Amino acid sequence: MNHDHTLNPETMPQEPEKATLEGKNKFLGLWFFLGGETVLFASLFGTFVALRNSTAGGPTSQEMFGLGLVFIMTVLLLTSSLTSVYAIYHMKNNNFKLMQLWLGITGLLGLGFLSLEIYEFAHYITDYGFTFRSSAFGSAFYTLVGFHGGHVIFGVSWLITLLIRNAKRGLNLYNAPKFYIFSLYWHFIDVVWVFVFTVVYLMGKVG
Amino acid sequence: MSSIAATQKRRSFGAFLWDYLTTVDHKKIAHLYLFGGGFFFLLGGLEAMIIRIQLIKPENDFVSAGIFNEMFTMHGTTMIFLAAMPLIIGLMNAAMPLQIGARDVAFPFLNALSFWLFMFGGILLNCSWFLGGAPDAGWTSYVPLAITSPGHGVDFYIAGLQIAGAGTLMSGINFLATIVNMRAPGMTYMRMPLFTWTTFITSVLIVFAFPPLTIGLFLLMFDRMFGSAFFDVALGGNAIIWQHLFWIFGHPEVYILILPIFGIFSEVFATFSKKRLFGYTPMVFATMLIAFLGFMVWAHHMFTVGMGPMANSIFAVATMAIAVPTGIKIFNWLATMWGGNVQINSAMLWALGFIPSFTIGGMTGVMLASVVADYQYHDTYFVVAHFHYVIVGGTVFGIFAGLHYWWPKMFGRVLNEAMGKLTFWTFFIGFHLTFFIQHFLGLMGMPRRYWVFLEGQELDLGNLISTIGAFFMAFGVVVFLINIVYTAMKGEQAAADPWDGRTLEWTVASPPPYYNFKQVPLVRGLDALWVEKTEGRGEMTPSEPLDDIHMPNSSILPFIISLGFFIAGFGFIYQPDNKLWYIVLYGGMAISVGAMIVRSVKDDLGYYIKKEELEREAD
Repeated sequence: MNHDHTLNPETMPQEPEKATLEGKNKFLGLWFFLGGETVLFASLFGTFVALRNSTAGGPTSQEMFGLGLVFIMTVLLLTSSLTSVYAIYHMKNNNFKLMQLWLGITGLLGLGFLSLEIYEFAHYITDYGFTFRSSAFGSAFYTLVGFHGGHVIFGVSWLITLLIRNAKRGLNLYNAPKFYIFSLYWHFIDVVWVFVFTVVYLMGKVG
Repeated sequence: MSSIAATQKRRSFGAFLWDYLTTVDHKKIAHLYLFGGGFFFLLGGLEAMIIRIQLIKPENDFVSAGIFNEMFTMHGTTMIFLAAMPLIIGLMNAAMPLQIGARDVAFPFLNALSFWLFMFGGILLNCSWFLGGAPDAGWTSYVPLAITSPGHGVDFYIAGLQIAGAGTLMSGINFLATIVNMRAPGMTYMRMPLFTWTTFITSVLIVFAFPPLTIGLFLLMFDRMFGSAFFDVALGGNAIIWQHLFWIFGHPEVYILILPIFGIFSEVFATFSKKRLFGYTPMVFATMLIAFLGFMVWAHHMFTVGMGPMANSIFAVATMAIAVPTGIKIFNWLATMWGGNVQINSAMLWALGFIPSFTIGGMTGVMLASVVADYQYHDTYFVVAHFHYVIVGGTVFGIFAGLHYWWPKMFGRVLNEAMGKLTFWTFFIGFHLTFFIQHFLGLMGMPRRYWVFLEGQELDLGNLISTIGAFFMAFGVVVFLINIVYTAMKGEQAAADPWDGRTLEWTVASPPPYYNFKQVPLVRGLDALWVEKTEGRGEMTPSEPLDDIHMPNSSILPFIISLGFFIAGFGFIYQPDNKLWYIVLYGGMAISVGAMIVRSVKDDLGYYIKKEELEREAD
């Protein structure tokens, strides 16, 4: 395993993230992890669907949810998935600076999503008295959406750690898999949000 | 083995301890799993003995009702999560990388982390005994009982299993990546030993079955500690959600416990019959089929909940279908022995004892799958008898077989045969004495989990016989412990291949060098070593020239990360009492997260064993 730090665009392999056994293992391990995460979120979705009408006399989803805010959140997160694709594109071309730039934008979009989510939760709590403890619907809502938000927080922290640690190192076969599997994780968070948007907000508003 | 072996012999106990605390070597992690799992097996066995002593006669008062509830809860929880699974994962760690010709698992650091998470989770759970009482809502921890159970017992159950479960999930991912990416040249999927196959399929089960438990435990934790309302009917909650989440985990879990055992028996039958495993391909596909169906049958634990005749019927039929691939396996094992040169030793005795015992358990399983009949059996000793026939008669027998079979490879010495046979016979007889009669106690109406039964209901004799059987089993286990100590002191040194084996683990020394294979072997067929013995020159052909070997660095971080979660666990458990416990909660999390950040930012490139050093070592 050669961790040569002086790789240049000519010596960089086509898929630097899978050029070493460590890289291959990380790539595959993260896919299996995402398999487990899928079941994790499926369990949460199942619980939410079972409890989404159990409002115990409190506010219902039709009364509270505003699709405008959630639409902006969706745009932010889906765009961040696109920017992480750009980052990986530049990684494969061994353009470290542009990869850093697009990953930075990805992180900022993630932070934007998070601030809107915090605003959304605060809005429900202060204006509607809708909390984690007020009804089974409340518990299920905050747990499902909060688990997703927690994953976004973890993803952003992961990204920041990666960017700071590797700020001055350039790309090599040791850190390329790390950037790559971050982007895989980030796409997964996006996919989960598509389901959150559909099941929680669209079905909550219309269904 | 020049300088390394010499320094290892002279080192102090402190160095020995530090070695095991920081090891990332799959073989040493296997030792740790066997030690940890063995410890909890004895603890769970002790709890079982207390249960049986309490039930030795009608209206006994050996323990109080409250203690009895704690005993059966902790017996089940300990045996499933802290004894059976770790022992199995220990055997997987010991044998699987060797069987595929790998030098370690895909993520050695994560492997160590898995072990320490399990160990600290188990210790946390058992701390409850000294801190106001153990969990007492059953190993299934059904709500609303688990929500209303006073004290912190159930909180310890939640925190302990959450930590241990995270470790198990990582093991699953680790083994999957190992088997996909790190097989030796020529080791195609359909040439993998059956134990490696079952490890692979079991790991898939772990990855998909543990997250529902994680979520279930989170919901229970939120309800008990943070005031949410998932199971609070007054606020619209639903108690059945717990049962679904628990059994979506819980049923695949029983296949997690039995599939690797099928793998062990397949190795044992083939080796000691001197025959290739009969029906290798159907065995692989039967394992897959069992795993697949295992996810489709969880609601057969919930027939009496009232899901309606349609749901009950579907789950009943799916459950009965599992008998088909399992039957294929039983017949394949019998056919493997048919016409073989059968050699009967301790490992083989456990395998032979397994077939009738497990078949009885499978048969009562089909009986229980019948919905109408299940209304009669539900929550009686018939169920207790059934699952002990599959878990003891299957899993525990298999663990004993695996221990006897791989002990020389793991520890370099062969377990004593005479004591091995004594253990088998006393345990085997004791097992059937204990549990066979429980079928009839159940049919006569004795409910499970009751701390006393009344006189004059014709339950006295059956319970007495059952308790006597339990003492036979305990005797067998004690003999096994003596055997371990005796073997460590005076046991005969094991050759590299003491059983005339068929697979790759028998091509390296016993115990193997820390890098496993000096040169990764070239695999030319199923039962790679046997192929070379019968058609080659009796040893493996290397697939690569001798070269530097890349090795992972040892690390104390897995221990520290797990310790942090252990401390944080106490914070979670006690913060409803006093908000000052948040200091412990955040302090523990800070230790764990801090150690993870250290792990992330510090490059861990491993080291190389130089080619020259390998050449110096005698072959």
